[in-house]
Amino acid sequence: MNILDPQGPIAAADKVILIDSIAIMLAIVLPTIAAIFAFAFWFRRSNPRANYLPDWEYSGRLELVIWSIPALTVILLGGVAWIGSHQLDPARPVEGTGPGVTIQVVSLDWKWLFIYPDQRVASLNSLTVPVGSPLHFELTSSSVMNVFFVPQLGSMIYTMNGMVNRLELRADEVGNYQGLSAHFSGDGFPDMLFDVHVVSQTEFADWASSAARSGGSLDRRTYDELAKQSVPKDKPVYKLTDRLLFHDIATQEIPPAPGPELTSNLARPTSNPGSSSAGNAGGGGNNAR
Amino acid sequence: MLGKLTWAAIPFDQPIPLITGAAVLVVLLAVLIWIVVAGHLPYLWREWITSVDHKRIGVMYTLLALVMLLRGFADAIMMRGQQAIAFHSQGYLPPEHYNQIFSAHGTIMIFFVAMPFVIGLMNLVVPLQLGVRDVAFPTLNSVGFWLTATGALLVNVSLVVGEFARTGWLPYPPLSELTYSPGVGVDYYLWSLQISGVGTLVAGINLVVTVLKLRTRGMSYLRMPMFCWTTLASNLLIVAAFPILTATLAMLILDRYFGFHFFTNEAGGNMMMFMNLIWAWGHPEVYILVLPAFGIFSEVVATFSGKPLFGYRSMVLATMAICVISFMVWLHHFFTMGAGADVNAIFGIASMIIAVPTGVKIYNWLFTMYGGRIRFATPMLWSIGFMVTFILGGLTGVLVAVPPADFLLHNSLFLVAHFHNVIIGGVLFGAFAGYTYWFPKAFGFRLHEGLGHAAFWFWLVGFYVAFMPMYWLGFLGMTRRMQHYDVAEWRPWLMVAAAGVVLIMIGILFQIAQLVVSIRNRAELRDVTGDPWDGRSLEWATASPPPVFNFAVLPDVKGPDTYWEWKRHARRGDAAGGEPAYRDIEMPRNSPTGFMCAFFATVMGFALIWHIWWMVLLGGIGAFATFVVFAWRDHDEYVVPATEVARIDRLYREGRAAAVNAMGSPS
Repeated sequence: MNILDPQGPIAAADKVILIDSIAIMLAIVLPTIAAIFAFAFWFRRSNPRANYLPDWEYSGRLELVIWSIPALTVILLGGVAWIGSHQLDPARPVEGTGPGVTIQVVSLDWKWLFIYPDQRVASLNSLTVPVGSPLHFELTSSSVMNVFFVPQLGSMIYTMNGMVNRLELRADEVGNYQGLSAHFSGDGFPDMLFDVHVVSQTEFADWASSAARSGGSLDRRTYDELAKQSVPKDKPVYKLTDRLLFHDIATQEIPPAPGPELTSNLARPTSNPGSSSAGNAGGGGNNAR
Repeated sequence: MLGKLTWAAIPFDQPIPLITGAAVLVVLLAVLIWIVVAGHLPYLWREWITSVDHKRIGVMYTLLALVMLLRGFADAIMMRGQQAIAFHSQGYLPPEHYNQIFSAHGTIMIFFVAMPFVIGLMNLVVPLQLGVRDVAFPTLNSVGFWLTATGALLVNVSLVVGEFARTGWLPYPPLSELTYSPGVGVDYYLWSLQISGVGTLVAGINLVVTVLKLRTRGMSYLRMPMFCWTTLASNLLIVAAFPILTATLAMLILDRYFGFHFFTNEAGGNMMMFMNLIWAWGHPEVYILVLPAFGIFSEVVATFSGKPLFGYRSMVLATMAICVISFMVWLHHFFTMGAGADVNAIFGIASMIIAVPTGVKIYNWLFTMYGGRIRFATPMLWSIGFMVTFILGGLTGVLVAVPPADFLLHNSLFLVAHFHNVIIGGVLFGAFAGYTYWFPKAFGFRLHEGLGHAAFWFWLVGFYVAFMPMYWLGFLGMTRRMQHYDVAEWRPWLMVAAAGVVLIMIGILFQIAQLVVSIRNRAELRDVTGDPWDGRSLEWATASPPPVFNFAVLPDVKGPDTYWEWKRHARRGDAAGGEPAYRDIEMPRNSPTGFMCAFFATVMGFALIWHIWWMVLLGGIGAFATFVVFAWRDHDEYVVPATEVARIDRLYREGRAAAVNAMGSPS
């Protein structure tokens, strides 16, 4: 999950800006720290050779320099921020081979549902993408806020109920990576890790067709089961039978997820994120990968 | 009858909070019984609980902060311990408990450690530096303190009765809405902060009015010590920002209690509005905390370098610039929420602009040291430790203000390391510097130097060992608030971080030892001159501890660094010697109003949390009645006769003269 080891153009560009910004700032920060130590050491009281200037409190020229150094740094860095912010806007399209793959992401309590509307498949807690293709993510949440983040692919973004965020990424190296939720979402939050499989174009097509054949169906009923609070143990794939599922979630045609079941103890309700396995609930999905 | 409150609210199934709570309760009872049996209660009531003296209130604020620091730090140890062992396992804290701990840690450290610490120091010092007898509204000051204490009490009650919020220190909806957080945890959070927020707001109003209206003769704005300037800036921010917090939390309360839809998923609620509003308060809040710390460093660096502050007017300008710009940067807390490139870029650049005045401040302290005769007493060590540490925190802060960098680092442990870097390295180091620096002023004796040095070094090294690995963990993709994890490469760094917390704990133990040893050896550490550090501003021109009226005769200020100039004239022998003409002094009477208000506010807050409506009414009526009784008072001042003033002042002058003669002329 090392962000210094990027596997796609967005992550690489984010990283360049990160490193450049640190370098620009270190250029003034390191000398300043050195000066702090030097002044503190040289002007120690026990140093008879140091000049004592008990009334020296103003120097116009020095003040000009003092204001200029951070101001110039910030102007430079502000330029980096402005350009970077525009070039790396999460919704800005990324080039790549082919028309790309649309992936609709739904954060649930406490799992990730990835819907591939064009391939008519879906998967839970496992994201499979073809190498080199532009990846168009549309993201929403079934309940509370989460953040979709695959550190080695780049920029993260919030998922929110009743709203759709957009994120454009691309993966350049075949391999297995990990993604996570980067925004606390309740008791099962640490279990919201998901696998990211970057595969070749042909493998992706194979994966999609096998998922469509072998997966249980993902419809409103399956989704309602998934939306209940739980931490799934396995990572099923689904055949997408309801193509408008994502649309209905995002527009709240399907109401927001119910949250914890109310127990008798209103003072300290506890939920058991480890106790049920929603992965097998509803459509009886298969563990394809 | 008791609303939602039943025996099930007590966590009999969870040994950690239960045993902790029981132990705290036993200690508390033992202390109370000792106070009553030993007959200290009348003294405490008369001299402290009902006191409206700004110095006493300042000390009580600081004491509250130190006690709550221990509570918040206990949470920190538990979190670091959990993350050190929760690799491929659940650790020793289940999620519902771990989530309360990090929420409580953040809430306590910001609202009940950092805030009361800086407000306490401002309360103690600012009227002395301005050369006046008290703050503008002494009784309101007491109300403010006791309401803050109410909030702290309610947070601690949640340890054993019910639960605390499990939503993080800022309860983002919809997670904090009734649907997803049906327990009383969020309600504890909301009412604690609403009540203590009122306390903070009145403290802010009080200090703003004090600085603007109560300066002594000749104390023009540009002659004020820098700490008074930063106090003014910080409290202006309190007055402007805390109402936003109150309103935001009130909206969440309406959602939770009356089925409103400000921030819910359904019915047009908008959670993004909460994030905007809470950070419209939250970002000024960090400057509310750090500006007074900047003021403390300005005083300390100048004093221990034996020089005036370099670039005073630059410093004033920088302070006020930070004060204004801090309201224009809140969006950088959620660059990743999907705002457009223009919005992100503008807020990113605005955030960087704050780094300019802050950088200027660093250089001003640097050049204050230039040409100085630097004494490395404990406050100066904290200041130099701060300068180096804070620059790094500033660097990482500006880094996450660059939107594309934030796209990788948002909510990661890098961010956690960043804000601890500025809050520990800035606010807390500043508070510790101020605590050591002004302790002799408050109590009449210095703190033990050797133990102070030891505490500093353990804190400093502990800080770096604990938080540098977290920066790296952020690069490794680790996000905050994880109760357990399966990523092997995170583990070693979390172990190192846990070791760092142990070092900090040793630092805290040294601080406790320092306090105990100093109290024992107070005779040797006694400060009879009122000026133990060769200070520059007016708080050193009176006895330590100062008499209740602060100055026998209000000083007449002729320029900056007043006391330093007086001493210089005295050495040249051209000071106006002789005894001043003493007059009667009117001082505000003690009042139990603050304590009573807070008592009823506690009752009301607790009742609101548990939906015990008759008790809410009782508390509300009680608090209002207290206010009415106070408003209808006939006498609110008493007179210290001139003879008494003269007696107290002569005592101080004699002691001081004897000490100065014994030392030779003051250097």
